[in-house]
Amino acid sequence: MNDSTSKGGLWRALRTPTAKYSLGAVLIVGFVGGIVFWGGFNTAMEATNTEKFCISCHEMHDNVYQEYKTTIHYANRSGVRATCPDCHVPKEWVHKVVRKIQASNELYHKALGTIDTPEKFEAKRLELAGNVWRAMKKTDSRECRNCHDFESMDYTKQGRRAMRAHEEGLAGGMTCIDCHKGIAHQLPDMHDVDPSAVVGETQ
Amino acid sequence: MKKTVVMATLAAIISLGIGTTAVADEPVEVSSLRGHNPIDQDADVPNPKRWQRDRAPIERDYVQQPPLIPHSIEGYNINRKFNKCLTCHSWKNYKSSGATKISQTHFEDRDRNVHANVAARRYFCTQCHVSQVDAEPLVENTFKPVEYIR
Repeated sequence: MNDSTSKGGLWRALRTPTAKYSLGAVLIVGFVGGIVFWGGFNTAMEATNTEKFCISCHEMHDNVYQEYKTTIHYANRSGVRATCPDCHVPKEWVHKVVRKIQASNELYHKALGTIDTPEKFEAKRLELAGNVWRAMKKTDSRECRNCHDFESMDYTKQGRRAMRAHEEGLAGGMTCIDCHKGIAHQLPDMHDVDPSAVVGETQ
Repeated sequence: MKKTVVMATLAAIISLGIGTTAVADEPVEVSSLRGHNPIDQDADVPNPKRWQRDRAPIERDYVQQPPLIPHSIEGYNINRKFNKCLTCHSWKNYKSSGATKISQTHFEDRDRNVHANVAARRYFCTQCHVSQVDAEPLVENTFKPVEYIR
């Protein structure tokens, strides 16, 4: 133990085989410790994957959450809900961890107060929506498809507009987000996206 | 002087009392919006109407009629930032979406200037164009469309 307190001692102590504890004891402690650590890590991560956690920030609660509450993903005839993480956090572990690491940028901007008023949020809305649209496009709308599977869709049970659009979309290699923008939140100002769908002169 | 004041006050009180009694005697019929249900019971629940299913464009009944919307518009927003209807019905989008395009008249402002984009006075689609629900007509209607637009 005296060695470990001297300079370079910790590294040596870690490298030196233990003379005091049996290999079995070291393995058992390591195994149990590993389970506890891993369980704790995943539990903590899953705790951040809840709607309650998302709307604990006023930026989410006062803007996007209020808009989402008026949509079919919040309330509908069958009572199945898609909460924030169902659409915004991937289900598979690797993708989920990547997204969680990206979220550190969101914490940074939370600290900066980048969108801490409705006006600031509105000014950023197109950029923020664009980020989600781009991510969805890149993953072929992976989070939508966790529930809405193309293979399981019976077009004949859909309305005539939906049937036509889905048939053409599937053939044309389109993905959900290409058409279904702004279904859970308000759309941003669409002047730059589709000027024909907004009042005012085209540029 | 003091006596006069007392008498006047008494007279006022008595006349007021008589007046109140007279009003209370007449039966008052007040019907609130929730009907005649007692306050401790639930009001009548109106029968919710359902959107009609998507269908082909609906024929007009008279020449100037704004065409009816043959589909549900639930959750469609029209505001300063975007118009959900125009994402299919604008001249740019109608071909790819297979929708009816908005009329040429919708580009004209009140001074008869024709603009490159939809005019502000024609931007709020649901002021004239309405979607249909499965409701029965409230009153009998014998209106017949004119022959030459049928």
